[in-house]
Amino acid sequence: MVELKINNKPIKAEKGQTILEVARDNNIDIPTLCYYPDLDIHSECRVCVVEDDWGNLVTACSTEVRDGMEVKTNTPRVLESRRIVTELMLANHDTNCTMCEKNLHCELQRIASNLGIKENRFGSVWEKKEIDDHNPSVVRNPNRCVKCGRCIEVCKEVQGINVIDYMNRSHETSVEPTYGRYLSYEDCTFCGQCSSVCPVAAITEKDETDRVWEALHDEKKHVVVQVAPAVRVSLGEEMGQKPGSIVTEQMVAALKKLGFDRVFDTDFTADLTIIEEGHELIERVTEGGALPMMTSCCPGWISYVEQNYPDLIDNLSTCKSPQQMFGALAKTYYAEKEGIDPKDLFVVSMMPCTAKKFEASREEMSVTGEDPDVDVVLTTRELGRMIRQMGIDFDKLEKTPFDNPFGITTGAAAIFGATGGVMEAALRTVSEVVNKKPLEKLDFETVRGMDGIKEAEVELGGNKVKVAVAHTLSQARKVVEDVKAGKSEYAFIEVMACPGGCIGGGGQPYGTTNAIREERIRSTYQVDSTMKLRKSHENPVIDQLYKEYLEKPLGHKSHKLLHTHYTKRN
Amino acid sequence: MTMEKRILTARFGKIDPLSIDDYIANGGYKALAAAVKMEAGSIIDEIETSKLRGRGGAAFPTFIKLKALVGEKEKTRYIVCNADEGEPGNFKDRHLMEQDPHQMLEGMIISAYVTQAQKGYIYIRGEYDKSMAIVKKALAQAREKGYLGKNILDTGFDFDIEVRSGAGAYVCGEEFALIESLEGKAGRSRPKPPFPTNAGVFLKPTMLNNVETFANIPHILEMGGAEYAKIGTESSKGTKLVSISGNAANRGVFEVPFGVSLKDAIEKLGGGVADGRQLKMVQLSGASGPILPADKIDIPIDFDHDIGAGAIILMDERTDIVDVLVRHAEFFEHESCGKCTPCREGNLHLVRILRKVQAGSATASELKAAENLADAMINTSLCGLGQSAPVPLATALASFGDQIRDSLAQTETKENA
Repeated sequence: MVELKINNKPIKAEKGQTILEVARDNNIDIPTLCYYPDLDIHSECRVCVVEDDWGNLVTACSTEVRDGMEVKTNTPRVLESRRIVTELMLANHDTNCTMCEKNLHCELQRIASNLGIKENRFGSVWEKKEIDDHNPSVVRNPNRCVKCGRCIEVCKEVQGINVIDYMNRSHETSVEPTYGRYLSYEDCTFCGQCSSVCPVAAITEKDETDRVWEALHDEKKHVVVQVAPAVRVSLGEEMGQKPGSIVTEQMVAALKKLGFDRVFDTDFTADLTIIEEGHELIERVTEGGALPMMTSCCPGWISYVEQNYPDLIDNLSTCKSPQQMFGALAKTYYAEKEGIDPKDLFVVSMMPCTAKKFEASREEMSVTGEDPDVDVVLTTRELGRMIRQMGIDFDKLEKTPFDNPFGITTGAAAIFGATGGVMEAALRTVSEVVNKKPLEKLDFETVRGMDGIKEAEVELGGNKVKVAVAHTLSQARKVVEDVKAGKSEYAFIEVMACPGGCIGGGGQPYGTTNAIREERIRSTYQVDSTMKLRKSHENPVIDQLYKEYLEKPLGHKSHKLLHTHYTKRN
Repeated sequence: MTMEKRILTARFGKIDPLSIDDYIANGGYKALAAAVKMEAGSIIDEIETSKLRGRGGAAFPTFIKLKALVGEKEKTRYIVCNADEGEPGNFKDRHLMEQDPHQMLEGMIISAYVTQAQKGYIYIRGEYDKSMAIVKKALAQAREKGYLGKNILDTGFDFDIEVRSGAGAYVCGEEFALIESLEGKAGRSRPKPPFPTNAGVFLKPTMLNNVETFANIPHILEMGGAEYAKIGTESSKGTKLVSISGNAANRGVFEVPFGVSLKDAIEKLGGGVADGRQLKMVQLSGASGPILPADKIDIPIDFDHDIGAGAIILMDERTDIVDVLVRHAEFFEHESCGKCTPCREGNLHLVRILRKVQAGSATASELKAAENLADAMINTSLCGLGQSAPVPLATALASFGDQIRDSLAQTETKENA
């Protein structure tokens, strides 16, 4: 226990806590810019300086409290130093704020505003630099970069990829891919975590809302939208509600207001994925095939394997992701059923993910061979932008259910958004199909939660089978290295590239932290627990779909529409 | 000359630096031989009694680092010698390495013995080819004679030293930038705490000292800490190697006891100003040190008066203060690692504004902005580079403020970009 004073207020704190942590615990605000919860502290920006009782200005983010310490967070010296540091950043920044994607959501803007900066005594030394929009998922705009290093940190430490880092030195310092190349898809897995932690607009998702507006305003187009499981527990937050708010039916109402002809649920094709992937696993185990089988729902993970572990491509499930199964069915089954020319059908996805933009653009993902199955992918943040643009009062929307046929879903699909969810959903189905008796307990708790690598053991047809779940690519690497070395004891491995799974995706609302991820995970399992159907193989519409159209799992039509292949890249 | 006191430089010119036998014949490695028979605690006591402080500029008490390392739970420990001597105006470490290299090695080996460190690094400035060659040779000789490597002096203690060098970045003289560079990364500092003694090289406990600091250690053990502490002033014990340069008549490295007058050292050792010119100002410590006008140099050479690493740079009457400030600012603008905001962006503006002062087009408010900026950089920069880069400006404004303001534009304009 440490006793100290902040702004003369006596405070008790734990040893080892930083000044920033203690201040925030006590509702004392200290501005920060390079600091981000869950990431290592590097103290680059120097915005969070406070004055200690030795007369030193120290960074609150990195300085631990000590007994008897007296901290002042707002002395004239502190404020003047923060002002100068902020003016220096603004002097080398594109300050055309009203034309910026992050206008009103920018952390630098908020700091400058709170400090009352009206004039920059250092003028401007900013020189226009090339914007890198060669990546299908994110756009890098060095004109906005403040060199805080958060993107580097998340790419290097959380994902273990490190496609961007500091280049050059002094005021020529920049954050760039190696040798200043474009953030091309050879290196980047498109996870978009960089865009999610950027305090300014130096890395943003590729905004494609204009294309959606255009389709919505085109009378000839029949525009359908699918919404991923993770969006219903995060869109509320994007619209100003508390983290973890479940807004499924308001979200459907908002999408209807935006003008979509049909609002469908990706949960439906998540159920379908479980049926296909579950049977694929059973087939590989019983008839022989590459094991461990590894999940294929996450496009960031797929890119990672294609780039770094091409030898393990055969271990990946051949199932398309739920997004792409939906797209394929929309442009075939649904179009036929509704009598719409697939050319006039425009499919939009609302995803927590930037990598889904890349996934939809893969050339394999076109059943017609012309248009992509999914025409545009928007992130949760872009959806929020559209709702705001339309002037919709989100909190006052009437609850509206999803449209059919892709609106009846199960709890197994709902948990796809959380790390371990795909595994749990698969285990619910696979064990009942193989063991031919109902599970006593549906909840596989050992695969839930924020631990980096989780395991479970299940009995299938009298054999004990071990499975594993990993999230973040740096954790995935550990599991995959064992597979590569032939040491893996697992039959089935789920990997999600983002921390916490899709609920922590790169396209989710700004300010996502592990604490917020836990809230979204809690809500995800709450959705599951309150559903009437909780196993994918009990979804009656899936049954009907097989009878009517697909025939049987892993059948000819399934292979054509629901399965894909991967390519060694880089 | 009587004002010199030659302890670290006593063998300079008398021994062949490439001969370990010469070093041994002149008392070398005696301290190590004695040390390995002593308790680590009593060696630390001697160093504490000597009041030895770091010679690289920061003047941190050496025994505290030794104690800190000994107190760490982690047993993998490193000894690092900072031989990156990049501060303009300093060249004494080069002399120490090129004229008596074993002295520094002996200090390192004793430090390793005390702290039970297994590995040492000497990080030598990339431009110091000759120093590097001599030190490498000295290391090979020490290994051959059993002072380094496995089972040192039959004590069962293992310790070896490797020479590393940077690619010429000034910032790599800063301890954490040096450590990052040692680890194979770009030379950019880290926030403190943790300090190197707690989490240094590869995040292991590390004792990092300047060449001259290590070179002092064998002498302290030989003469005893109490005897050593008789030399110098209350705050600064022992001797200091100073590098006199600039417009001095007699430029070079000199060893003086702490406490001698700077004025005397300049006149008697440096021979005063060359060609009979008038002294205008002296910069102490290096390019990042304070600039003193000629009438303010009657001060002792010690850590209380900014001697830092020991540079004494004389500038004569022909020197323009603004030119000096621009030159220095350009140097720091080039050398900033770019990690923290005040240093990365601040040096750019110091150069920009000082160039305008030089051209006679700066306004009073711009100069004021530079003054405020200098203050913020000193207070908020992450490492010593950004914290000290504006020191020449800040001190020059105090002493030469009128001259600098005379160069301002006559009318205040709104334009400031």
